[in-house]
Amino acid sequence: MSALEKFQRLGTTRSGPRRKRDNKAAYLFLLPWFAGLTVITAGPVVASFVLGFTDYNLIQAPEFNGLENVNRMLSDERLHRALGVTFLYVFVSVPLQLAAALGLAMLLDRGLRGLAFYRSAFYLPSLLGSSVAIAVLWRQIFGAEGLLNQVLDVVGITGRGWISDPDTALSTLIVLNVWTFGAPMVIFLAGLRQIPAMYYEAAAVDGANRWTQFRRITLPLLSPIIFFNLVLQIIHAFQSFTQAFVVSGGTGGPSDSTLFYTLYLYQRGFNNFDMGYASALAWLLLLIIAAFTAVNFWAAKRWVFYDD
Amino acid sequence: MTDLQERAVPVSTAGDPRPPRVRVPAPLRSIVKHTGLSLLALIMLYPVIWMVVSSLRPNNEIFRSPGIVLDSLQVANYSDGWNALAAPFGHYLLNSAIVVLACIIGNLVSCSMAAYAFARLDFTGKKLFFATMLGTIMLPIHVIIVPQYILFSQLGWVNTFLPLIVPKLLATDAFFVFLMVQFIRGLPRELDEAARIDGAGHPRIFLRVILPLMLPALATTTIFTFIWTWNDFFSQLIYLTDPEMYTVPVALRSFVDSTVATSWGSMFAMSVVSLLPVFLAFLIGQRYLIKGIATTGIK
Repeated sequence: MSALEKFQRLGTTRSGPRRKRDNKAAYLFLLPWFAGLTVITAGPVVASFVLGFTDYNLIQAPEFNGLENVNRMLSDERLHRALGVTFLYVFVSVPLQLAAALGLAMLLDRGLRGLAFYRSAFYLPSLLGSSVAIAVLWRQIFGAEGLLNQVLDVVGITGRGWISDPDTALSTLIVLNVWTFGAPMVIFLAGLRQIPAMYYEAAAVDGANRWTQFRRITLPLLSPIIFFNLVLQIIHAFQSFTQAFVVSGGTGGPSDSTLFYTLYLYQRGFNNFDMGYASALAWLLLLIIAAFTAVNFWAAKRWVFYDD
Repeated sequence: MTDLQERAVPVSTAGDPRPPRVRVPAPLRSIVKHTGLSLLALIMLYPVIWMVVSSLRPNNEIFRSPGIVLDSLQVANYSDGWNALAAPFGHYLLNSAIVVLACIIGNLVSCSMAAYAFARLDFTGKKLFFATMLGTIMLPIHVIIVPQYILFSQLGWVNTFLPLIVPKLLATDAFFVFLMVQFIRGLPRELDEAARIDGAGHPRIFLRVILPLMLPALATTTIFTFIWTWNDFFSQLIYLTDPEMYTVPVALRSFVDSTVATSWGSMFAMSVVSLLPVFLAFLIGQRYLIKGIATTGIK
């Protein structure tokens, strides 16, 4: 069964012979959700598509300008910069974060004493990571006089202003994302627990070492969960905003080196009130995320293994 | 120490052409593992510990050494930070508390209603609506923020808490709908059937049978809504521009921008204050948090 079918199957109930439908009750229960879908989520998705073809500054009425916004995107160098920064961030930080999550989950598995303590210690950063306070802290850790440089000083290395240097500013945000590996780790832990211990016992009897066991048992049986984490964390990473905003003081600097896509969108939309162009940017983001998710699902057929 | 590690390595990561096995006695391996894990936990939490310690240090000592030993206690950082902005920091804490509380109530009511319909009722278009609901989980807020902002500003809701609260009353946090659907599906249907035979309608079954049984899912929703709303920066930054209406994240950010680069102590102090509720929620609700992400897996 493909991952896509698996996702779709979530929506069906196993109702063998047709049962009486309770449309009236169901629509009443769903009334708030329908309202939300129309006004807050799906409606605005359609509206931003339309606005994407206009010039709109919130004061004068929106004015259709055809493909002007698309043309602008093609020649907008800051947009290209933002795309580069965001892709680099997603492609580097998500694999590192998931590798850390999987590695730690493997270490914490199966009856380790103090498991609850370690799990909490590793999980806590994921809860704090998206806050302004942690972003403020990051500025002080990686500043020229910051904590990191003091530690490096102790071991005799001269540091630099990690955040003020365009070459390293993005890496500090990547470190921040890797630091929040606790959430996927907890999901991996739950997945590892589902693998029957007898598989490992049987493999050990057959003389398979730990590495072979990992490759032949753990990885295939865990692949649906790796896939799940990968899809979610990629979607999540594309939307990162707070850290870059606070660390760069809202500019995306130095020299646009931390200009996340969402930060650029915010600047166009809410600093310049360039709402038409911001809408077009929003739709491009939606298409990029959708494309990545689709590629993920397509590739999943080749490496994700479903037991049933 | 290094000796132990070298001996432990072949056992855990032996390559395919099998080297001769070195059996490290179990207690030693356990000590190495616990030492490594504790060290890593310390490194992970060190920045936060350092922040708490720095919030209690005089400004000129914060960046003097990377250690976390306190020589003196500078409690004044907290009172300085508390009064550094236009309003005392308690004002922003209260604003955040109002928003968070309303969002929790909104999510509990609206998401559980939608979840009941998806999990228990049979209706025309269910498959399509359910797929749509799943789709909105993945929908980035940035894609809808512009039209949403236009709508809310035309309603005159900018610089009120309504743009933050109303969406939650309308079950737009689809993640929680999904979480509750999964939970309700795990409840035995016989309970509903029994209530139905006794003459109960759907509102009654929902209120009297399902809701009391889904308390764990409601607890998970409460804690996640609390933490995510408390930390949420993007929408609060956009909708709250009047300092009077600032919530904690927006206030903290304005603090950072306004402070001359020397009052780090009070800045850290207010950062600690802003993280304290999240930390408490984590301590109290850990069980539900872990269960919540383990069964549905987000964040």
